[in-house]
Amino acid sequence: MTIIKRGLAALAAGALSTALAVPAFAEPVKFDFWFGLSGDLARVVDTLCKNFNASQKDYEVVCTSQGNYDATLQNTIAAFRAGKQPAVVQVYDVGTATMMLSGAYKPADKLMEENGYKIDYADYFPGIARYYATSKGEMLSFPFNSSTALMYWNKDAFAKIGKTEAPKTWEDVGADLQAMKDAGYECPMAINISANESWQLMEQFSAIHNQPIATKNNGYDGLDARLEVNKTKFVQYVTDLKKWYDAGLIKIKSKDLGQDMVQAFASGTCQVIMTSVGDHGTVGKTQKEGMKWDVAELPAYAGTERKNSLVGGASLWVLSGKSDAEYKGVAAFLNFIHDPKTALFWSTNTGYIPVTKSGFDYMKSTGFYDKAPYKGREVAIASLTASEPTEITRGIRLGNFTQIRAEFGTQMQAIFANKVSVQQGLDTLVKNGDAILDRFQQTYPGKTLP
Amino acid sequence: MEKRVTFSSWTIGILFAVPQLLLIFTFFYWPAGQAVYWSLTLQQPWGGGNIWVGLDNFRSILANADYWNSITASLVFAGISTGLAMFVALVLAALTDRQLAGSRLYRVVLIWPYGIAAPALAMAFRFVLAPEAGFMAVINQVWPGFWDPGLDGADAMASIIIAFSWKYVGYNFIFFLAAFQAIPRSLIEAAAMDGSGVMRRFWDIQFPLITPTIFFLLVINITESFQDSFGIVDIMTSGGPANATNLMVYKIYSDGFKGLDYSGAAAQSIILMLLIVVLTIFQFRFIERRVHYR
Repeated sequence: MTIIKRGLAALAAGALSTALAVPAFAEPVKFDFWFGLSGDLARVVDTLCKNFNASQKDYEVVCTSQGNYDATLQNTIAAFRAGKQPAVVQVYDVGTATMMLSGAYKPADKLMEENGYKIDYADYFPGIARYYATSKGEMLSFPFNSSTALMYWNKDAFAKIGKTEAPKTWEDVGADLQAMKDAGYECPMAINISANESWQLMEQFSAIHNQPIATKNNGYDGLDARLEVNKTKFVQYVTDLKKWYDAGLIKIKSKDLGQDMVQAFASGTCQVIMTSVGDHGTVGKTQKEGMKWDVAELPAYAGTERKNSLVGGASLWVLSGKSDAEYKGVAAFLNFIHDPKTALFWSTNTGYIPVTKSGFDYMKSTGFYDKAPYKGREVAIASLTASEPTEITRGIRLGNFTQIRAEFGTQMQAIFANKVSVQQGLDTLVKNGDAILDRFQQTYPGKTLP
Repeated sequence: MEKRVTFSSWTIGILFAVPQLLLIFTFFYWPAGQAVYWSLTLQQPWGGGNIWVGLDNFRSILANADYWNSITASLVFAGISTGLAMFVALVLAALTDRQLAGSRLYRVVLIWPYGIAAPALAMAFRFVLAPEAGFMAVINQVWPGFWDPGLDGADAMASIIIAFSWKYVGYNFIFFLAAFQAIPRSLIEAAAMDGSGVMRRFWDIQFPLITPTIFFLLVINITESFQDSFGIVDIMTSGGPANATNLMVYKIYSDGFKGLDYSGAAAQSIILMLLIVVLTIFQFRFIERRVHYR
């Protein structure tokens, strides 16, 4: 019996390999993919690329890490100006406005349509899709690695002050931090105030509270949008953070000072942090032996009607100026990434969340979220889908937003060093941020966002 | 009568100079000219086009308080780090030149820091000067809050000055030691026999004789402190806190490459170039008068 089975299997394998070998006479079409992840994550991307190359014989993707998001965008621009651009490039969330005006891309939805792939765009989580879509809802790029911010809390420390659940409101957070301080904890909560933390402190907070960051629906409706964070609930939030910092309830932790937030939390030094779900794996791997912790949605002020949080991460842009054959390969590659099985592979090996409902359902059906190291990551999906995105919580579509984030860091540092008051600092942030937006608008005269 | 071999034709001379001229043109004049052109336009980063704006870029930069803050920070950094690096190197070189026990070892060891790439040494200093984990943590234990480069601009400035000076002490040391060793021994021995002490010999003989070296190093150190500080700032402070260490060269990088504002960055680099030119002219006009070439 087994001999016959084996024989049949061998026969089938032989038939299969000849079938596969026929198109293999032609050299596979090669195309470049540049991405901005490094370290562990870069290795996962490399494996993803290998899997794609092994899954078919017609195309070969060459994946190259450029180190980080900034460098990827810079190098791509330099390559594009020299006519040597890659076919696909990973561009971070806040680079979306710059990409849309670049005139250097091929719309991803058109590409898929031309090459006969049917993508169900309604399958994307709306909070993710809208961030990258035009104001009319067309997907010019494909969401790739996605995350959102969560609150990480130390269960042991909260147990000491008689709590078994994470605080849901900022009022509770204030009381809990004070209680932990009184119970002898040196560092109840850790934050950092550099440009990077604009994401969880300003952007996520504003979305959850349905507060605008800029006029014109955060820039979706025009390049003449200007910042307005100096007159929203964000002012109260910064005031509270500063108050808690002055009272010793919050400590600033950054790599420059010796220990970053995630290390401070994982080592049990600090009891609460707010960071990306992408750090879920890192905390799990580096945590102090036996420490009990969990993640929760970011808190909101009491009485807030909670909205969806924002997606963070990057999307894949297809650049213009490539041959039809290469575009065929790119379409196959994007289709491969879109597959729920790839979503499972990707989320298992990184901390990123699936970007489609079908991917999420597939992962749930495999029991992914029930197992210990991954349990808790579904909170990120809950946070992203807390509501249908509003005009304001779709995302942020502002030019040169990287520089505005840098300005955020500068002004927060001035506020926390007591150089300026909270209101003064945020007023300066708006003033300098507007100058950046002004300049962006002047650079693209007569152009409008798609 | 001295016999000289000369080339009658000047074209041969030009031919010999051509490779060098080509290099200078390709790697200096052409990019510099391009920067001037960019500074007078608004460039779209992806190369979609540009608009002529005349001196608008310069006007908006010079009207920006942050930019003036950046110029001040650069001048403070240049002044203190040049002074520190040159003073320490001068003292070390003078001591090494006295052939004290172990001076051969010092001679080798003190040259090393210059051989370390700026980002690598910045990384090392970041650990050394980290307020919670490094050497400074000990001092913070005694005086809590004494050292906080994360929020205190003066502390952050001090850290980058220390790192930069440490590197250039090695560079300056090589030149100072060479200058000291070029002074004829007989001069110093004669002075010693006349009964002058170490300090007296230093001020009356050695110091005047090395003024050309001091002047050379002054020009180089100031110029380098404007340009070579980039790696140290990038790794140690990223220009923070609150722009306290946002030196001109770092601001050019962050505006140009991170902010994709190529025109603004080009205008800033023109201003930086002019500033260095002016500083160098100033040094040649007013300080070189006090230099004695023999």
